[in-house]
Amino acid sequence: MAALDAVPSPGAETGEAFLRLSGVRKSYPGVVALADFEIEVRPGEVIGLVGENGAGKSTLMKILGGVVTPDRGTIQIDGVPYDGLTVAGSMRAGIAFVHQELNLFDNLDVAANVYIGREPRRGGVLRLVDTPKLNATVQPYLDRLGASFSPTTSVARLSLAQQQMVEIAKALSFNSRLLILDEPTSSLPIAETEKLLEVIASLKAHGIAVIFVSHRLHEVVAACDRVVVLRDGRLVGTLEGDAISHDAMVRLMVGRDLKVAYSPPAIPQGKVVLSAQGVRTPTYPNREVSLDLHAGEILGLAGLVGAGRTELARVLFGIDRPHGGSLTLNGQRLRLATSADAVKAGIFLVPEDRKGAGLLLDFPITENVTLPNLSAYAKNNVVSRDAERKRAETSRRELDIRAVDVSVRTGSLSGGNQQKVVLAKWLAMQPKVMIFDEPTRGIDIGAKFEIYRLMRQLADHGVAVLMISSDMEEVIGVSDRVAVMHEGRISGILNRDRFSEENILKLAVGKQL
Amino acid sequence: MLKKDLGLLVLIVVVGAIVAIINPRFLSTINIANTANLVGLFGIFAIGQGFVIITGGIELSVGSMIAILGVIFIDMIANKGMPWPLAAVLVIAIALVMGLVHGLLITKLKLQPFVVTLCGLLIYRGVARFYTADATAGFPFGVNFPDLEWLTTGRTDIVSNLTGGAVHTLLIPHSFFVMVVIAIIMWIVLHRSVFGRYLFAVGKNEEAARYSGIRTTQVIIAAYIICAGLTALSAIYFAMYTRSILPSGHGNFYELYAIAAAVLGGFSLRGGEGSIVGVVLGTILLQVLQNLVNLLGIPTSLNFAVMGSVILIGVVADQQFGAYRERRRIAEAARHATQPETSPAE
Repeated sequence: MAALDAVPSPGAETGEAFLRLSGVRKSYPGVVALADFEIEVRPGEVIGLVGENGAGKSTLMKILGGVVTPDRGTIQIDGVPYDGLTVAGSMRAGIAFVHQELNLFDNLDVAANVYIGREPRRGGVLRLVDTPKLNATVQPYLDRLGASFSPTTSVARLSLAQQQMVEIAKALSFNSRLLILDEPTSSLPIAETEKLLEVIASLKAHGIAVIFVSHRLHEVVAACDRVVVLRDGRLVGTLEGDAISHDAMVRLMVGRDLKVAYSPPAIPQGKVVLSAQGVRTPTYPNREVSLDLHAGEILGLAGLVGAGRTELARVLFGIDRPHGGSLTLNGQRLRLATSADAVKAGIFLVPEDRKGAGLLLDFPITENVTLPNLSAYAKNNVVSRDAERKRAETSRRELDIRAVDVSVRTGSLSGGNQQKVVLAKWLAMQPKVMIFDEPTRGIDIGAKFEIYRLMRQLADHGVAVLMISSDMEEVIGVSDRVAVMHEGRISGILNRDRFSEENILKLAVGKQL
Repeated sequence: MLKKDLGLLVLIVVVGAIVAIINPRFLSTINIANTANLVGLFGIFAIGQGFVIITGGIELSVGSMIAILGVIFIDMIANKGMPWPLAAVLVIAIALVMGLVHGLLITKLKLQPFVVTLCGLLIYRGVARFYTADATAGFPFGVNFPDLEWLTTGRTDIVSNLTGGAVHTLLIPHSFFVMVVIAIIMWIVLHRSVFGRYLFAVGKNEEAARYSGIRTTQVIIAAYIICAGLTALSAIYFAMYTRSILPSGHGNFYELYAIAAAVLGGFSLRGGEGSIVGVVLGTILLQVLQNLVNLLGIPTSLNFAVMGSVILIGVVADQQFGAYRERRRIAEAARHATQPETSPAE
C-alpha cells in the first residue's frame, strides 16, 4: 500500500530538480520527433508543455513514461543517470500519467477504480476485497484533491472533471512525484476546468510536480510556473513567471518552415455548392455554424481537437441529424435523414477514423471500392465480379494504390494505400462535395503529397472540397480559404492574404484578430 | 465453396461412413429419405437464421414462431374452412410482420437482438398455448388436402418418373426439394446480390457500412423479415409433417438447432461471416447425428449430449486450425521479409 500522507519528496525544501533530461533525441524513419531536448523538474513545479500537433509532445511523454527509448541523451532521476527508462522504472521514479481519454470502469465505484488490480484482501483463502480498508485508503487522496464525492460513489455518477480527479487520485496512489496531465481540459466545460486548476494548485502545495500539456493557452497561463514550447521536435523557448503570456506562446509556437507548396486553383472559384446556415451539431447543441462551400475551392477547416469540426462533417454527411439550421445544395434545400441521402446528393466523406469508419479492413480492395455504389456494378441486383474488378483495377492505376492484387485484404495495406482506397470509393462516383477529415493523418509523406494533388484535381474539376485538418502546414499549404472553429462555432474565415500560423492559432484558441 | 465448407463436408462423410459400417441401415433408401425430409424442414429456417446471424444478430423466437404459426395454419384450414393457399399467405404475412417488428425494435429502439427475440420466444409460445387452450391442434378424422400434402409431405422418385418406371431409386421428399430451391435462391441473394454484400458489410462493421452510404437499418430489418418468412414456410411444413401440434412442445429449441447449424457452418456470432452452403451442411450434420443416435442404439436421452459434444469439438478444431494457419502465415511472412515498398503504417 502506498504511503498516504503527503510526504514531501526528498529535495522539496531545497527545490532541487529530481528529474533531469539532457540532450534527448528520438527519431523515426524520415522524421526527427524530438531533438536536443532538455528539461529539469523540481518538486511542486507546474510546467506547461505547449506546441502544435506533431511538435514532439507525445514523443516526450512516451519517453518519460518509458514507452519509447530515446536514441541519445540522458535521463537523471535523483542524480542517477539512465540511458532510457522502462515503464516500470518510470513508475518507480514516481512519474504518473493522466491521459486525455479516461480509463475508468464506470460500473465500479471510486475506490475500486483507484486500486483496481491492487485491492487489499482479507478473509484468508477466500481473498475477499477488504472494502472498509480500501475506502479508508482512498479517502485521504480525495481529501487532498478537494473532492466532494466519497470513495463509494459510483464513477458513472461523476462529472468529467470529477472522473479526472479519480484518475489523478489513482496516479497519486502510486506515490507519484510528477504527474503528467495530457490535455486534461480539452473535454471539460469551462466551470469544470476551474475545478481542475484548483486541483493542480493543491498538488503543487503538496510538493508534487505537474507537467500540464494543453492547447488551451489561457489555462496554461493560469496554471503554470514555467512553460516549455516545442516546435518540430525542438525546444524553442522557455517562459517563466510573468513572461508567460498568450501572445508570447503563440509567437514561439509558429514560425516554422512550411514545406507544402501551395498550388493555386486552375479555375476561378465557382458559385456556392453547399451551404450550412445556423446548423447546430449534437455535441454543441447551442452553437450555430454557418458555412458556404464553393465549387472549385479547397476550404480548410482548422481548429483544435474537440472544436466541433468532425461533428460538423458528420452532420453534412447525414450521419448525425442537425439540431436546427438548414442545408442547401446548389440552392436547393437539402434534407439528410441518413448518409445514403448524402451519397445520393453527391456529398462524400473521407472520415477521420480510417480503420473503423472509412474501410472494411477484412474486405478486399475491390469490395471496398465498389461498396458505396454497388448497384452500378450489378445487373438485376446480381453483382458482376468482372465489373467490380475492372473498376478496382482502374482505381488502382489512377491512384497508384500499391498492392499485389486488388483482391487482397484492405487491412494488409499501409496507411497511405488504405487512405487511397477510401478515396477510390468516392472518386469512382461523381462527387459534388468532398469532405476530407484529417486526410493525411498517419500516412507517409509520399502518399500525403499525392492526396494533396488529388484534392486540387478534384477542385479543378469543379468539386467543392472541405478539408478538416489539424496539421498547420497542410492547412496553410493546401487551402484556398481557411475557416477556423473554436468550441463549436466558426471563429473566423481567412483568405489567403491573411493566412498565417499566428492568425489561425489565435482564432483556434478563441481570440479575435 | 469455402475451405470451411469442404472441411464440414468431409466430417459429414466420415461420420456417415462410420455409422454405415456399424449399421448398414443408415444407407437404406427409407432412412436416407427420412433424414432428407428432416434436413429440408430444419434447413429452411436455419437458412433464415443465417441471414440474421450475418448481421451480428440472433433470432431466438424461431421455435415459438413455428408453434404459433403452425397452430394458426391448422386451425384456419381444418376448423375455419379457409382455403389452404389463403391460410399459407396469411401465416407468412403474420410472420413477416413479426420479423418487421423485431427489426424495428432492434434498429430504431436500439434494443439488443437477444432480448427482443427472447421476448418473442416467450410471447409467441404463450399465445400459441392460449390459442388452443393448451389443447393439441390437429385435423379432424378424414379431412385431407391432397395438393397441400403432395407439396409438403409428398415424395417423388425422379429417376423412376424420368425412365417411365423402369429404374427405381429413392423417393426424395418434397420438403428437401423446397429447401434446395430456397438454398439456391438464398445463395444468390447472400453471395451474389447487392443486398447480400450489404449484409456482410453491416455485419462486419456497421459504422463503416454507414460511412459508405448504406442504409444499415433497412438491411438489418430485412434480415429479420427474411428469417421470419422462411420460418413461416417451415412452420407450414412442420404442421403438415406432424399433423398435430401440441403448442407447449412443438418446435421447442428449434432456434438452437438453427444457431448450431450456422455455427457449425462457419458463421461467426459476431457477424459478417458465413455461407449458405455452410448452414445447409451444418443442418445435414445435425440430422446425421440425430440419426446416428437412433441407429447405433445410443440412448435417445443422450441425443443433445452427442450433438453438443460434436459442435464443441467442431468449433474447437476450427479455432485451433485457424490459429495454426495464422501462425504459419506469420512464419511464412517472416521468412520472406523484404523491404516494404512504402514506409509501413504507424
